[in-house]
Order: sequence, then structure tokens, then C-alpha cells
Amino acid sequence: MSKLSLLEGLTLDQVSLDSVGLRARVTLSGRISRSLVEELSRAKKEPEWMLRLRLRSLELFEKLPMPNWLVGIEELNLEELAHYIQPDVQRASSWEELPEEIRRAYERLGLPEIERKALLGLAAQLESENVYLAFRKFLEERGVILMDMSEAVARYPDLVRRYFMRVFPPSDHKFAALHGALWSGGVFLYVPPGVRVEAPIEAFFLIASELESQMEHTIVVAGEGSYVHFIEGCSAPLFKRYSFHNGMVEIYAHRNSHVKFTTIQNWSRNIVNFNNKRALVEEGATVEWVEGSIGSKISYVYPSAILRGEGARVSIANVTIARGATWKDSGAKVYHLAPNTASEVVSKSISAGGGVAVYRGLVRVARGARGSKAAVKCDSLILDKASKALTYPRNEVEEEDATVVHEATTGRLSEEVLFYLRSRGLEEREARRLVVLGYVGDVLGRLPYEYRLVLSKVLELEFEDIGGYA
Amino acid sequence: MIGHDGLYVDSLRVSVNGRLVLRGVTLHVPRGRVVGLVGPNGSGKTSLAYAVLGHPLYRVEGGEIYLDGEPLTGLKTEERARRGVFLAFQSPPEIPGLGVRAFLREVAARRGLSLEDGELSSYLRLVGLDESYLGRGVHEGFSGGERKRLEFAQALLFKPKVAILDEVDSGLDLEGVRLLVSKTRELAEAGAGVLFISHNPHVLQLLQPDEVVVLVGGEVALRGGLDVLEEVVRRGYPGVRG
Repeated sequence: MSKLSLLEGLTLDQVSLDSVGLRARVTLSGRISRSLVEELSRAKKEPEWMLRLRLRSLELFEKLPMPNWLVGIEELNLEELAHYIQPDVQRASSWEELPEEIRRAYERLGLPEIERKALLGLAAQLESENVYLAFRKFLEERGVILMDMSEAVARYPDLVRRYFMRVFPPSDHKFAALHGALWSGGVFLYVPPGVRVEAPIEAFFLIASELESQMEHTIVVAGEGSYVHFIEGCSAPLFKRYSFHNGMVEIYAHRNSHVKFTTIQNWSRNIVNFNNKRALVEEGATVEWVEGSIGSKISYVYPSAILRGEGARVSIANVTIARGATWKDSGAKVYHLAPNTASEVVSKSISAGGGVAVYRGLVRVARGARGSKAAVKCDSLILDKASKALTYPRNEVEEEDATVVHEATTGRLSEEVLFYLRSRGLEEREARRLVVLGYVGDVLGRLPYEYRLVLSKVLELEFEDIGGYA
Repeated sequence: MIGHDGLYVDSLRVSVNGRLVLRGVTLHVPRGRVVGLVGPNGSGKTSLAYAVLGHPLYRVEGGEIYLDGEPLTGLKTEERARRGVFLAFQSPPEIPGLGVRAFLREVAARRGLSLEDGELSSYLRLVGLDESYLGRGVHEGFSGGERKRLEFAQALLFKPKVAILDEVDSGLDLEGVRLLVSKTRELAEAGAGVLFISHNPHVLQLLQPDEVVVLVGGEVALRGGLDVLEEVVRRGYPGVRG
């Protein structure tokens, strides 16, 4: 596959899955009840403790109020969704083992090629289960675990139990509880102390049906002094109706470890996307969240970090594209709980064609987090009059000996800049592309090369055909 | 096709938001020549430059603009640029995050040129900028003088048929002005018609243009040789109280 077709595959919405002829082995739909949760747990052959966690989450889901600030989710009717779809496919560890139609869909998305070029491990989830999972033998020999989450629950119960929904408990909010009750899929990644995984590991999530809810659970555990870069990609074809994504990512960065977590979210424009992302960062450890939020119709995602150990650091960088009739709520939350912790948040949003981009952020410096530093930079670029950018930053600083800096800008694509670039011989769409790429440049620079190419191409396609700000 | 080479502006009338800013301006900038355009603030100098490049807010109400005898009105800005009209902006805008290197390469590529860093930095050196500017954002944090130098470097780099230099001297120290004046002559010697716009007649005296045109109130008030400049220096702009 040529580089161009690879890019096109990753950037276009029309990955048709009709031809895949996908059949479900098990489908659980309808009212969210104790019997549905029990049936799900049974279908996944889970141990008793996981069933109990699900049932406790279900109780919380029933008790917790619906958040009253969510916009645009009127059509979301949880009762009409299929909460668990187990595809009738044996999980493969090589592409050849997969049925040809499914393999072809993934080839169209460019996954085998990017795996060969850039990755040390890859998991591909279709609907509610991983259908492909492979990673390099030498990592396994060094004690790295990359495993489908359900399999990890069965094979490493003590290890998984130490982490599963500990930093993001089901009691956090209604949809965290829903996730606890109905989660399926996702991966468990464990990197032993001192091991550096030098190339990224990716998990790719595909929603192939409308009126589906996908709720994968991903855990990254980085042992003391280890390093790993985890990438998640998301895609879905365009449906007539919507589908719902309510995933969760938990990162546990032990002492002096370093975790990068990059998301390229390119759901189609009828996905309602919630994602619950939180990292626990111990002494001297670093976590970097990079979130490229391209697709989906409605999105609420705030990568967050609890800086628990002295000298813990986090950087959170978001690029959010709100183009067309979309509401993209993104942001970051950082809790400084220990001395000399540091956080940096960079958020860049682009609204166009009537889209609304929201930055919602929280920086909390608790008493005792002496000498901590927090810097938030939040920029919005609005490309036309129909579009909006809103920012809701919040700082709660209880420690006087802390430095918290907040900087926000809202800009419009100026006619003067467009005229200047056109006066150099560039067409209007080229001019717009340069402005947009320049605007997101510092966040793009944090991505691995292959993904930078993908994201630049996505941005080009997104913005080449829209009008200027008149 | 009519018989003027370079830029020929014929009885041009231009309005902005319904207000007439050029009231029938005729002007010829032949290839290889330097024409100095002076006038007080608000006399229409920049409006003329913008109209030649086809700024969307500058509406041509009458007259025509020709490049080497071909009419330009009706063409998009980018098409005029590709045909060989270059404008060094009076106040070029900042484009945050877009690197000077990437920008120059992109523009060069559009003109079928492929430029290595070495070539790019040699053009920057010509106007007194070092190569570190390649790594910065376009005009990001640039002083007024640095912006003018980068504009001028582009005029040299893209070898236009007609270069309109709008107040390239402002914001520069005397040494900088001398440098750009000598580079302006080089542009003309390389075959470009140069329209050198300034509100400072002294700078034009330094430049010694082939013709001087004085614009006042959107109309040509005077034209001629260097004697016209002396007249302006001595008595101020015609019709304007100094």
C-alpha cells in the first residue's frame, strides 16, 4: 500500500464494513439491568470479583444523577443500544489468521503497514472484543505483558485487581459507573521495572455498527524507571443513526517511570464519545497525554493526572477539531498533591462550519504541594462566524508557594493573513492549511513521525473546502 | 495586449466599503525601471498596491491594470502573484507557528522552485538577516525592521516581473535603508519593474528613481523626475498644508 493510500484509509470516514459480513456470536442489548450485567460477565467467563465490581458499578449507575451540564446528547438513549457485541471471530495474532474481509478493512485503515513500520505491539478491537493482538517476542521475554483486558483478568487476577478502576473508581460519575458495569475489551499493558519499550504500542478501536456502545478499558502500568509510549486510534464508518463510546484509560506511572499516551480520535460524525482518562503519577515519574480529537459528533474528554509523588510531572496537549454540527468538549485536569510537582497543559482548538469547541480545565494545587508549578495555555482558532469557542478554566490553589500560570487566546483566521499568503501565489485553501498547521504545530511536533503525517493530512482534508472568516 | 511592458495602471478607480480611494490613477512601471510613489498618509498608496494584487475588499470601479500588456482585474490574487506581481507589505502579518523555512519552501514549490536551506539563508543574508530566522515563525516577534527585511528577501528570492515595495524603508535604521535602496536597484537591474512606495521623499532622493509620481487624495498630483521630489521637499505635498 502506498503512503498516500495509507493516509487516505486512515482519514476517510467511508470505511465500509457492509462487505465485512460481520456476524455477532453474542449480542446483549436493551435495558441496563442486573441480569444483563450478569449475562455479560457470564459470556466473558469472568471471575466472581469482576462480576461483583460490575454489579457494584451498576448500583452506582442507578443512583448517581445524570450530569446536568452535558450538551447535545439528547439522542443518546442507553436503552436502545447493544451494550456488548462479541464478533464471531477467533482472536488472531497474525493478520493472515483473520477472515479476509476483516483483514481487508484493517488494511484499508492502514494498520498492518503502520504496525510493520512503527510499532512494537498492536491490539485491534472490533465492537466489544479484540480480534487481533500481537507484540514482539523480545518484549514478552523481558516480562512485558500486553494482553486483552478480559484475558488479563483471567490470567493475572492479582495484578489486574491492584489497578482496575482504582484511580478512576465507578463512583466518580454516572458514566464511569456505567463503564464499570458494562466494560468490555481494551488492553492491559504492564512494563516491568527498568524496561524501556523504545517504539510505541498501539490499540485501535473500531465501532462497526450503529446503536452500539463500546466501552473498552485500558490500563497501562509502568514499573519503576520504565518507559513506554502507548497510542490509541479510533475509527468508525458513517452510520444512519449514532453509536456511543464510553471508554476508560488508567495509567499507573510508578517511581521515575515515563509514560506517553497518544490518542488519535477519528470517529465518524455520528459517534457520541465519552472517554475517561486518568493517570496516577508517583515520585519523579512523568506522564504525557497527547489527544488529537478530530472526529465524533459529540465528545467529552479530559485527560487528567494525579501528581501523587514528589517531583511528579504531567504534560497534557490537546488538538481539538470542531467542524460542522459538532460539540467538542475537551480539556485537562491536574491535581498537584505533592511538593515540587509540575504540570503543563497546551490546548488548541479549531472551530469551523458551525462547530463548538470547549476547553474545560482544572488545576488544583493542594496544601503541601510546595514549590509546584502549573502552566496552562489554551488557544482557540475560529474559522467562521457560525462557529464558537468557549473556555472554562478553573484554578484551585491552596498552597501559596506554588506558581500557576494561565494564558488563553482566541483568534480568528484573519483576511489579512489569507491575503498575504495568497499574494505569494498560494491558493486560498493552501493558505488556510498553512495557517491551521502552523497553529497546531507545537502539538503536532509531539507526535511520532507517522502519526504527525496522518494528522496533518487529516487537517488538510478537514479544512481545504471551507470558507474564510468574512 | 497593449504596448506597455511591466505594470501599467490605466485610469484606475477603486473603492473600499463604498468609499472611493483611487480616483482615476494612471501609472506605468516599465520592466527594469524604478518608479517612486510618494504621498501623504491616506493618499491611496497602499490602496493602489492592494488593488494591483486584487485584495477582496478593494473594488475596481473603473479602469484596468495590466502586467506586460495582459489585464489583471478579474484574476484572483494568487494568479496575479504567479504571473509575476510581488508586493512587499507595509505591515506584513504574523503567522504564528508557521516557520519561515516552511513558508518560503511552500511558496517556492508553488513556483516550481526547490530551495535548500543554504540558498534560503543566502537570500536572508542579502538583506541582513542571519539563518536563525529560518527557524522562527513568520514575523512572529519580529521588529518592524526585521519584517521589512524578510519582505525584501522574498522580493529577491521570487524574482518578480513587477515588485511593489510598500514603505520598505520604515522601521529601518539609515544603514538598513541604504542596504534596501541598493537592493532595489539590483531588482530593477535584474529586469523587474519596481514601484517604490514611501511617504519619505528623502529616501527617494537616496534611491534616485527613474520617475517620481506624487499621489494626493487618490489622484496623481504631480509626476516627473527628481525635480518633483525637490519640489515636494521644499514646499510639501501639493494641496496639503505642511
